Amino acid sequence: MDVFGFFLDPANWQGPDGIPVRLVEHLALSLAAVLAATAVGLPIGLFIGHTGRFANLAINTSNIGRAVPSFALMVALLPIALDLAPVLGYPPALGLSFLPIFLAMTLLAIPPILVNAYAGLRSVDRDLLEAGRGQGLRERQILRDLELPLASNIIVGGFRTATLQVIATATIGAILSGGGLGRYIIDGVSRNQPDRLFAGAVLVTTLALVVDGLLALAQRRLTPRALRGPAVGRGGSLPAGGEAAA
Amino acid sequence: MEDKPLVDWAWIGDHLDDVVVRLFQHLQLTAIPVALGFVISLGLAIWAIRRPIVYGPTTAITGLLYTIPSIAAFAFLRPIFGLSLLTAIIPLTTYTLLILFRSNVSGFQSVPADVLEAAEGMGYTRRERLRRVELPLAIPLMITGIRLASVTTVGLATVAAILGDSFGGLGQFITEGLQTFFPTKIYLGAVLSVALAFSLDILFVRIELWATPWARARAEQTA
Amino acid sequence: MADQPAHRAAVVEFEHVTKRYDAPVKRRGGTSTKTPGAVNDLSLKVPAGKICVLVGPSGCGKTTSLKMVNRIIEPTSGRILIDGVDAATRDITELRRSIGYVIQQVGLFPHQTIADNVATVPRLLGWNADRLRARADELLALVGLEPGTYRDRFPSQLSGGERQRVGVARALAADPPIMLMDEPFGAVDPIVRDRLQNEFLRLQEELAKTILFVTHDIDEAIKMGDLVAVLQVGGVLAQFGTPAEILSNPASEFVARFVGDDRGLKRLALDRVGDLELVQVPLARPGDDAADARRRAHADPFRYLLLVDDANRPLGWVDEEDIPASGTLDEALANPVSPIVNRRTTLKDALSMMLDADVQAAIVVDRTGACQGVMTVDRVARLMREGEHGRMYGVFGDED
Repeated sequence: MDVFGFFLDPANWQGPDGIPVRLVEHLALSLAAVLAATAVGLPIGLFIGHTGRFANLAINTSNIGRAVPSFALMVALLPIALDLAPVLGYPPALGLSFLPIFLAMTLLAIPPILVNAYAGLRSVDRDLLEAGRGQGLRERQILRDLELPLASNIIVGGFRTATLQVIATATIGAILSGGGLGRYIIDGVSRNQPDRLFAGAVLVTTLALVVDGLLALAQRRLTPRALRGPAVGRGGSLPAGGEAAA
Repeated sequence: MEDKPLVDWAWIGDHLDDVVVRLFQHLQLTAIPVALGFVISLGLAIWAIRRPIVYGPTTAITGLLYTIPSIAAFAFLRPIFGLSLLTAIIPLTTYTLLILFRSNVSGFQSVPADVLEAAEGMGYTRRERLRRVELPLAIPLMITGIRLASVTTVGLATVAAILGDSFGGLGQFITEGLQTFFPTKIYLGAVLSVALAFSLDILFVRIELWATPWARARAEQTA
Repeated sequence: MADQPAHRAAVVEFEHVTKRYDAPVKRRGGTSTKTPGAVNDLSLKVPAGKICVLVGPSGCGKTTSLKMVNRIIEPTSGRILIDGVDAATRDITELRRSIGYVIQQVGLFPHQTIADNVATVPRLLGWNADRLRARADELLALVGLEPGTYRDRFPSQLSGGERQRVGVARALAADPPIMLMDEPFGAVDPIVRDRLQNEFLRLQEELAKTILFVTHDIDEAIKMGDLVAVLQVGGVLAQFGTPAEILSNPASEFVARFVGDDRGLKRLALDRVGDLELVQVPLARPGDDAADARRRAHADPFRYLLLVDDANRPLGWVDEEDIPASGTLDEALANPVSPIVNRRTTLKDALSMMLDADVQAAIVVDRTGACQGVMTVDRVARLMREGEHGRMYGVFGDED
C-alpha cells in the first residue's frame, strides 16, 4: 500500500475526481446543511430557551435526533426522494444523491443546534435576567445583551457538534453515490484500491480535526473573557446537548 | 406506483428469523463497545478525579477519537484486522469514550462536598468511600452518559454493515436494500435501529430508577 | 459532676499547634470554596466530658483547629493529644471512627436510608445487621425521632431540623469519646436552632462527651460552652475560659468588642437566680395575729409581709398599711403581683418578668413551690458590679 503515492500522483489533484473538487464538494454540502439546520434550529432553540415554553419539545427532539442513525435516515429518504421527483419536477439524479444526503444531514444537524441554544439560554442565571428586567431592559435587549453573550459558549458548542456530525454524514453519503471525500473510501472498497481507501480516510479525518479545531478556537474567542476558565471541571459538558438530557 | 408498495409486508413475514439474527447482531455491536467503553472511561474518570491534571489531556484525546468519521476509522483498521468484528468494535468503543468519560467525571463531581467531608470525617478509607458513597451517587449522571452512548452506538453500528455479513446487524438490511433497490429492507433496517435505540434508552431509564430509590423518594416528596 | 466511665469521654489537648497555608487550598466539590484560616501556636486543654466552644470571626482558624483533631487537616507543627496520645501517631481511619463528626451542611448520604446513615460508623466497624438496626433505632429515639417513622426514609424527605438531629445521631453511633461539631445548628432557622441547642444540652447531661464546638455566634458560644475559646484572625487564641469569665473579664480589646457592648445583658442570660444572695422578708400565714404581724412588718425595711400557705407557698404581699389593727390576717389581703421564679431561672428571664409586672422584686421558690426568699433589682445590679463574682460554673464545680 502506498498512500504517499496516492497523494503524490498529480492525476489525483485534477479533474472531477481530484482532491480539490472532492474537498470543495464536501465542504459545500456540509456548509449548506449546517446553514439550513441553523435557519430552522436556532430561532426555535432561542425561542424555547428565552420563554421557557415547549422545553419538553426541545429535549424530545434531541433524543429522537440522536436515536435516528444518519446512514439509515439517508437511505430511507432515498426511495421517497425518487418517488417525489416526478411529482415535484426535479431531475431524478438530484433525488438519487443530493436530496437524501442533504436532507439527512440537515435533519441531523438541527437537534444539537436547537438543544444547545435552548440549554445555553437556560444556563444563564435567572437572577441576572430579573435584574435586567428590573432595570427596564426590553425582552429583545435581554436576549441580545445578556442571554446571547453569556450563552455563546454553549450555543457555539452546538454548532461544533452539528458540524462534526455533518462532515461525518457527508462521508457516508458517498455510499449513495454522493460526492465529497467519502468517494475515495467507497471507491477504494469497490475497486479494491487500498491506497485510495486509506487516503480518503486520512483526508476525511484531517478535515474533521481541522474544522473542529477552528470551531473550538471560535468558541473560545466568542466566550466573554471573564467567563473563560480552564477546560477542567464543571465547564465540561456532554456533546450534543447532554445537559438537557440529564 | 400501485404495483410497487412502499413496504412489502409478506417479505418481512417470510424473513422473521433473519430479523431476529440481525437484531441480535446489532445488539452485540452496541453492547460490547458500550460495556468496554464504560469500563475504560470509568478507570480514566477515577484517575482524573484523583489527579485533575489528567482531565484535560483525556478529553483532548477522546475528543480527537470522537472526531474521526466512523467510515474512515473502519477504513484505517481494515488493513490490520480485515473485515472482522474487531474492526467494527474498536472504533465503536473509542467513540463512546468521550461521552462516557465526561459523564462519569460529572457523576463524581455531582457528589456534594459536604457528603464527601462527612465520609472522610467518619473514617471511610478511600476505597470504601469510592464504592459506598461516590459510585452510588454518581449513578444518575453515569447512566445519562450510557444512554447517550448506546443510542449513538446503535446509529453508528448501522454503518458497520459495510464491513461484513457475519456480524453486520441491522445495517445489513439497509445496504442490501440499497444494492438491490428494495425499499422494504431499507425501512426495516432504519425503523428497527431507531426502535432498538429507544428500547435501550428506556431500559436504562428503568435501570436508573431501580438503582436510585432515593431519587424516587425525593421526587415523591416534591410531588 | 459525677465521674463518667473513662471510655466515654477523653481529654483533648492542643500543644503549640500551628497551621500555615502558603497557597490557597483547593478542595473538590462545588460548595466549599473558602480557604481555611491559619492557626498560630494554639494551646488549650479540654477536660473530659466538657463542651469547649471555639468562637471567632471568619478566618480565625476555628474550623481549621477542629479539623486538625480528626486530621482532615494536618498541623504544620505542634501536637494534639487525645488522652495523652498524639493523634498524629494513631491510624487515621481508626482515629476518625473514634470521633463523632457533625458539620453544618450535615452531609447525610442521600442514597442511604436514615437508619443506614445513622449506623454508618458501626457498619464500618463491622457490627452485624441486628446490632446495627437496634443501635440506629436507639439513637433515633435518643435524638427525638420516632424510629418507626424515620428509619426507612431518605434524607431528602426530612426537614432541616430533622436532618440535623440525624447528623447528631450518626456522630454518636459508635459511642465516641469525642465529638467535633462544626456550626452544627448554623443552617436551621432561629426557632429550630434554639430547640436543638436545648435538646443537645439535655442530651449532653446524660452523655457527657468531650465536645469541640465551632460557631461564629457568641450567643451560641455562651449558651453551649462549659469553656469558650475566643480566636482572632490569624488563629491567635485571644481568651480561654468559662463563659462567665469571658463576659465579666474580657482579656483584650478584641474580646470585649467581639463579645459586644451588651455583655452585661449577655451575662444576665447566663447567670441564674441561684447565683444571687436572696433577700429574706418577714413571712406570715392567714390566721396569724394582725397586731403582731403589723409590728413585724414595721420592723422590716421592706414594710411588707409575704403571706404564705401551710406549705410555705407564696400567696402574695401584704402592705403594712393594709394590716388591720386587730383580729387575724386574711388571705384576701394578699396582693399577688410579684412573679414567681426558681433558682434555675436566668436573671434575664426573671428581670423580664419583673418588668412586665412592674415590680422591684420576685419571689424565689424551691422545687416544691415553697418560698426561699426574694430577689430584687438591686441585688442583680450588685451582682453585676462585683465583676469577678463568686459564681462557680462548669468545670470548676457543681451547680445546685
